[in-house]
Amino acid sequence: MQIVSVSFLLFAALLLIAYYLIPRKGQWLLLLAASYLFYLWAGVEYLAFILFTTLTTYGATMLMDRNLRKQAGFLAENKESLTREQRKSYKAGVKKTNRVFLVLCLVMNFTILGLCKACLVDPLRTAAGSGTFSFLTLGLPLGISFYMFQSMGYVVDVYRETAKAERNPLKIALFVSFFPQLVQGPISKFGQLAPQLYAPHPFDGRQVSFGLQRMLWGYFKKLVIADRIAAAVIALRAPEYTGVSFLVLTVFYAVQIYGDFTGGIDVTVGLAQALGITMPENFIRPYFSKNIAEYWRRWHISLGEWMKDYIFYPISVSQPMLKLSKSARKKLGNFGKRLPVYVASVATWFVTGIWHGLTPNFVVWGMLNCFVIVVSEELSPLYERFHNRFHLKEKRWYGGFEILRMFLLMNLIRACDLFPHVGNYFVRLGSLFTTFNFHILWDGTLMKLGLTGLDYGILAGGCALMLAVSLVQEKKGNVRELLQGSTALRYCLIFLLLVIVLLMGSYGIGYNASSFIYTGF
Amino acid sequence: MKKKSKILLCAAVLVCLALLWLLQALLVPKYMTRSKEGALIGEYYANAGGNDVIFIGDCEVYENFSPITLWEQYGITSYIRGSAQQTIWQSYYLMEETFRYETPRVMVFNVLSMKYDTPQSTGSSEQREAYNRMTLDTMRWSSAKWNAIQASMTQEERSWEGEFSYLFPLLRYHSRWSQLEKEDFQYLLHRDVVSDNGYLMQTGVKPYTTPHAERPLVDYTFGENSYAYLDKMVQLCESYGTQLVLIKAPSLYPTWWEQWDAQIQDYADAHNLLYLNLLEYQEEIGLDWSADTYDTGLHLNVYGAEKLSAFFGKILSEQCGVPDHRGDAQISALWQNKADTYYARKEAMEAQTTN
Repeated sequence: MQIVSVSFLLFAALLLIAYYLIPRKGQWLLLLAASYLFYLWAGVEYLAFILFTTLTTYGATMLMDRNLRKQAGFLAENKESLTREQRKSYKAGVKKTNRVFLVLCLVMNFTILGLCKACLVDPLRTAAGSGTFSFLTLGLPLGISFYMFQSMGYVVDVYRETAKAERNPLKIALFVSFFPQLVQGPISKFGQLAPQLYAPHPFDGRQVSFGLQRMLWGYFKKLVIADRIAAAVIALRAPEYTGVSFLVLTVFYAVQIYGDFTGGIDVTVGLAQALGITMPENFIRPYFSKNIAEYWRRWHISLGEWMKDYIFYPISVSQPMLKLSKSARKKLGNFGKRLPVYVASVATWFVTGIWHGLTPNFVVWGMLNCFVIVVSEELSPLYERFHNRFHLKEKRWYGGFEILRMFLLMNLIRACDLFPHVGNYFVRLGSLFTTFNFHILWDGTLMKLGLTGLDYGILAGGCALMLAVSLVQEKKGNVRELLQGSTALRYCLIFLLLVIVLLMGSYGIGYNASSFIYTGF
Repeated sequence: MKKKSKILLCAAVLVCLALLWLLQALLVPKYMTRSKEGALIGEYYANAGGNDVIFIGDCEVYENFSPITLWEQYGITSYIRGSAQQTIWQSYYLMEETFRYETPRVMVFNVLSMKYDTPQSTGSSEQREAYNRMTLDTMRWSSAKWNAIQASMTQEERSWEGEFSYLFPLLRYHSRWSQLEKEDFQYLLHRDVVSDNGYLMQTGVKPYTTPHAERPLVDYTFGENSYAYLDKMVQLCESYGTQLVLIKAPSLYPTWWEQWDAQIQDYADAHNLLYLNLLEYQEEIGLDWSADTYDTGLHLNVYGAEKLSAFFGKILSEQCGVPDHRGDAQISALWQNKADTYYARKEAMEAQTTN
């Protein structure tokens, strides 16, 4: 079931009605049933994957929890008789045993994730098509990257004792499968999401209304903007589009992926809000970022935080890194001090790259991000001197320049997504310095990309609206809150938006509405 | 929630629904000046009830039979529930729907659509969908409509989105906002009547000159699905005590193969049905293919339709026992009005054709 579909809207509507009609203590069970129904809709063959992750997550956390409870009991019983070293040694033993469960769980799950991702790589798919191993002909199970990262995060948290293990397997099943986030995240933390999932939620008209409004806004971004511009993005990937055409492609793709991804998240977060569940924000107007570090604090926040918590920090504070830091500091001075952080960054961006896909372009994409971050970090003292010398930070135009610079830079890096054969990407990138075909902007080339003048008009209007809303959000906060005072205006705007989505949305026969881009990750 | 807020919310939802309904009314095709066939199915509801004969089928019924002639010459009250390239499953569900409004004495079904066994076999998916819309969009909501939608959708349409777009056509026609014409605003809240009891009049003449050659088929056997729906029609009519009459209208092409004719004859014999291949009665009807067709033999014009109706009315009266209502003042007055409209239309169209 696509979340841009009549069936999903009906499913969500029926769920919302039932959710607030049944006794509140049964709400979480209804959510579990709905989540599995949603998952089964995607294909019964994928059920095994989510069940496996649920069972291994539950099994590993229960085993670790049993050891931790045993440890607590033993330490309490022998509080007086044990020395500090003996206590430490007992704890280390338990930690070691738990580490075995943790590693086993992580290896089993990530192996499956890796195999599933590998199935999407051309040579393996071809082999699968020839009948060598037929299970590879399966597509990527719905939301596997999202629910697996979320579940494994929880397993690590239990191992680190920052989260308490949940003993009810059905509650774990709901945490893993909560359907609004299955399509494209966000990747929630157990401590943040789980208590809300299991808690009773009385009907709150304001929350339901806000949630539905947010869903509508999400559909606007997805159907009116992202799916409309998709045709031009596909067309511009053809080899003849180089130079300025490539630059146009990067801008169009920025619009598409922003509309697609944030639109999907708006639908997800909006539906959860209508159910009384607050999900973490995954985007905070990322295109207003002035540097790459800020960009990654605003774009796909939940993935970034997951990587930071479970890849970056563990690597940067690991024993080998501490040793490296010590020796490098002696030989390389301050750079040596930062070296372990850079090594951890490389590892983190490598994993982030392959999380998106096992094709080389995603690895290159990750490394390009890492390269820009490291270079920015190294050059930051120089920048600071430059800014201070000309008092640039106080000038508004310079802020605008920084935003534009970051937007174009990130677009150029992101375009790597579009070219599984990395060579093609670098050829296009190189053409920016050799092909100055500005005439494509007015000679009719843009009208041959599957979009009419009307489509461009709708896109321009849609982007202007998104920009205006983002500016208001950036300066004044939540637009829905701001409109709360004016009921008539609010209703008119909601109706207008509904009409725009209904009339100008790219859906139904005659349109090839794209799947959410991040469904594939 | 305060009482005032609740009232306001309810009012807003109602206004919103009303505006969406208006929007849908604006965006759906009107079929008033072009492709008038699309308006035929919806016109039935204003004329439902009191019809002794109902014709069901494709263009071979709605362009070949004139209910006014049947009335004037035999006092037969009839209506044609025809639509462009109507398939047998659509005919069945239209029949089912008709029985909700009235129980005619005779149901006349044109058997040409037996040749299409599945929605895919009727042409390209775009073409099929266009024809589906013309038949299904103006059907009133009912289980018959829902079942007709299910049976009619092509493989490409088969999804919840496809189904719902038949119930809420706004979902299908949403992108027409950029192609709206004067007609869409003019007929926003009403429609003109384009037919005379389901008969779509044509006054032009384009004579039949040369035979339309068609390649012989590999297999002439009608499909299982077609037979299944024909069986259902027989059972449905039996259950209401209505006589089912099978006909093949006298259109010269597409070719009505001998093998097809034999199969229908066998079926009719086996089920004790009256079957008339009207192609075999061209002389008795008096058809003149140089004057009675407007498209070289595919369909009859009004002159041919009047001849055919005069011939067929006799069969309905004599063989099927359909009564003459001309002695009933109330019915006569009603049909006189219909006849006046018919002749006014004929005159206007003839004047247009001459000019």
